[in-house]
Amino acid sequence: MTTRREFVGKSSTFLVLSAAAAAALDNVLEGTPEKAPGYKKADHWWAMIIDIEKCIGCGNCVRACKTENGVSMEPYYFRTWVERYHVPAGNPEHPQVDSPNGGYDGFPEKYKPGDGSKNFFVPKLCNHCAHSPCVQVCPVGATFESPDGVVLVDKSYCLGCRYCVQACPYGCRYIDPKTHVVDKCSFCYHRITKGLTTACCETCPTEARQIGDLKNPADPIHEFLRTHKINVLKPQMATGSKAYYNGLDGSVR
Amino acid sequence: MRHLMKNKVHLFRMAGLFVVGFLVFAGARAVFVPEGFGVYGHYRAGALEDNRAFPLVHAGRAACAGCHGDEPEALKASRHAKVGCEACHGALAVHADDPAKLTPKKPDAKTLCLVCHMANVAKPSGFKQISPEDHPEGVCTECHDPHSPADAPKPAPAPVQKEAAK
Repeated sequence: MTTRREFVGKSSTFLVLSAAAAAALDNVLEGTPEKAPGYKKADHWWAMIIDIEKCIGCGNCVRACKTENGVSMEPYYFRTWVERYHVPAGNPEHPQVDSPNGGYDGFPEKYKPGDGSKNFFVPKLCNHCAHSPCVQVCPVGATFESPDGVVLVDKSYCLGCRYCVQACPYGCRYIDPKTHVVDKCSFCYHRITKGLTTACCETCPTEARQIGDLKNPADPIHEFLRTHKINVLKPQMATGSKAYYNGLDGSVR
Repeated sequence: MRHLMKNKVHLFRMAGLFVVGFLVFAGARAVFVPEGFGVYGHYRAGALEDNRAFPLVHAGRAACAGCHGDEPEALKASRHAKVGCEACHGALAVHADDPAKLTPKKPDAKTLCLVCHMANVAKPSGFKQISPEDHPEGVCTECHDPHSPADAPKPAPAPVQKEAAK
């Protein structure tokens, strides 16, 4: 026997749930949210998966990023770069890391095979932290976490004070020598908001990098995060990093 | 009563100063706080659109497939299925917008293939790698088709046939 109270409770739950289902149905009918006519910031939450086991250190991402975003060609300005780790046998705490020109020209062979060492590439970029230290220190509000989860820079408002460059634990920011304001990876915001992938993901030949929308239930990123052993860089800093690494060795800093 | 008012003049003066101060503050705020600041958070809402307005440099593989049907189709069925067109052919949004504006250059196979396939200890062991010293001379594309690379290249040496034809 259903009491009136139970009946009212159940029917209001039903009403709320069917409203949510109707809202979700709109997305389903429109296909992926990217294909929807207007880009709705609240419908997205961008993240990137980086599969170290697939990275071949070709440098395509570095070159594509510099081309796409007009990053200065000097060998010390990068929105994304690739590091080569050489972990000597029996010394996992002290890897040798190099990144000649950020990996722009690839990695000339430096280490000999069969010396018992472990060698691998680690692509790096802005981690698009949900709780970004760089955003917290900006004195004017020129850098921010967008409603769709991308850390962006307001270049017309940035003073070039460099606080954020120091605050970023991942070294992802630099002062653009042309504009004298800060620059960093934007997850190719001009591309992902138009239904395209980022320049680095577009040109990665092994799909070692893939941008994903955590708010899109159909996005393969969910499957990847579920079926792999994932870690973020410097998890102890609680930055809410959204660059999810598969196969991240403990020696990577 | 009048006596009391006399002692309150300084209060009115103070209130007047507060009003003037507030007006100065409101005026300065209107001038210095940019439009749209605080709509989504402690930043200018227009900055989102500024970041979106950046021009495309890479067209994306879907744009390539719009005109070039055959190669992308062949690619899809091959071991290079995951490789985007612009990974080898370079950034070509200008070409995709107006093919007359920019004719893409054919990549130099000998350097391009090695960008990925040059042997390196840091590469994943499952990835196909070659050392130029261990591999016969010649341009890669004489035996391997980059749009549908076979597991084992054609055994017949293609360059010899070419020379014979000459």
